[in-house]
Amino acid sequence: MKDIFRVRRMWRPRAELKDRYDVVIIGGGSHGLATAYYLAKNHGITNVAVLEQSYIGSGASGRNTTIIRSNYRTPEGAEFYKRSVELYERLSGELDFNLMFSQHGHLTLAHTDSSLRVMQERAEVNQILGIDSRVVHPEEIGRLCPQIDLSDKPTWPIMGALYHAPGGIIRHDAVVWGFARGADRAGIELHQNTAVTAIETDAGHVTAVQTNRGRVEADVFISATAGWSTLTTGMAGVRLPITTHILQAFVTEPVKPFLDVIIVSAQMHVYVSQTDRGEFLIGAEIEPYTTYKSIGTFSFLEICSRHVLELFPQLERLKVLRTWTGLCDLSPDYSPILGRTELDNFHLSAGWGTYGFKAAPIVGTTLAELVSTGKTPALIAPFALERFHTDTLVSELAAAAVSH
Amino acid sequence: MSFLLTCPHCGSRPVDEFRYQGEVTRRPGPVATLRELTDYVYFRDNVAGVQREWWYHRTGCKTWFVAERDTRTNEVLRTLIPAPTGVATPQ
Repeated sequence: MKDIFRVRRMWRPRAELKDRYDVVIIGGGSHGLATAYYLAKNHGITNVAVLEQSYIGSGASGRNTTIIRSNYRTPEGAEFYKRSVELYERLSGELDFNLMFSQHGHLTLAHTDSSLRVMQERAEVNQILGIDSRVVHPEEIGRLCPQIDLSDKPTWPIMGALYHAPGGIIRHDAVVWGFARGADRAGIELHQNTAVTAIETDAGHVTAVQTNRGRVEADVFISATAGWSTLTTGMAGVRLPITTHILQAFVTEPVKPFLDVIIVSAQMHVYVSQTDRGEFLIGAEIEPYTTYKSIGTFSFLEICSRHVLELFPQLERLKVLRTWTGLCDLSPDYSPILGRTELDNFHLSAGWGTYGFKAAPIVGTTLAELVSTGKTPALIAPFALERFHTDTLVSELAAAAVSH
Repeated sequence: MSFLLTCPHCGSRPVDEFRYQGEVTRRPGPVATLRELTDYVYFRDNVAGVQREWWYHRTGCKTWFVAERDTRTNEVLRTLIPAPTGVATPQ
């Protein structure tokens, strides 16, 4: 019985950094750890090191707003995220770790005719792919979310919404810790406080990385460093079409359960959900300028609060508890950059902007397959870095521009 | 806290008054290859350090100008109106 309270390590600290592995993954966030986990689970590759410059999940994996959904605009994007949601649905059991995934529905509000038209198109794309997604009108929004102000008092009254029933929220830290524990149990080494300082290349091939703890060789290298991607791949001479921006969010003090759906409004640049702890979790749009300085702004708090109160005037007396900021690696077409680079053994997960966390399991499975088979899985072929050179973009602007 | 930008005309103003237009890039010549064009349109240095970048004083004097800002600290080192050169890149 006293064992219940015993502190157990979820993964082992590793004193020694070996000088050679089969695979080295740069970045110990949800994508890097998921890739490590699926390399072991699906392909039996366990001589793998995950190098994290800070602590596990210290970047975007621990700073996102935990929304999981698949109602994207392009067939490529929607199919990709649909597979990710399916993996998330079984992940708690698979990792033997309660991820607290709660699929209680996702409403993207339309305040204009044109946004209602875009939502109709998204619903059509989604339905063809078998994704539960449809346009609902104000009467049904009132049944799904009676708390929201559907009157004509707000600046932009609500005209309709895209309703995505499988959308939900998950415990983001648990996802990171679950993947980390699973990878560790399979024998994969997790090295925290291990920063890559240089990447050695030879004739179109990465040979080794230099770290603050020594030099490491490997057969395959993967970069999964989100906001720092340009700097990581830059060390290998690979240029990216990415700019780094900050995204901010805040939570209010906790209150009793009040809101059981996720509300997103592109018009109001805001998204709202209530966490299991009772806090209202509110996020907004990225800051327009590029920066690596993770610090919030007052204008964000002011504008975001004003817009939330237009949707939920009942929240006016709630106090803001804390606010935080994360770095986002924004790609020109709001789709990820996934798979091969021009260096033959250097693969990439980047360009995630504000929607990377919801893709972690499918990124892990597809990158692990790429490493194991040497072939790019068809699911991620449209997201290759090469598309920017051939000018064949996958525009998710309509479904991903507001950051949720 | 956000940061202040010094407009060459209006002086020090909150950054929310300005529109950011990205790092200063060099437009390729009239007979560029597709690769040169896609490099120019999509690919960015995205430096962690001092960056030369375009700003527009949206709610003020409507001037386009160039700032040198450290993207690690958001410290603006200087702002200037670039001399007209006939190309998009200031000197």
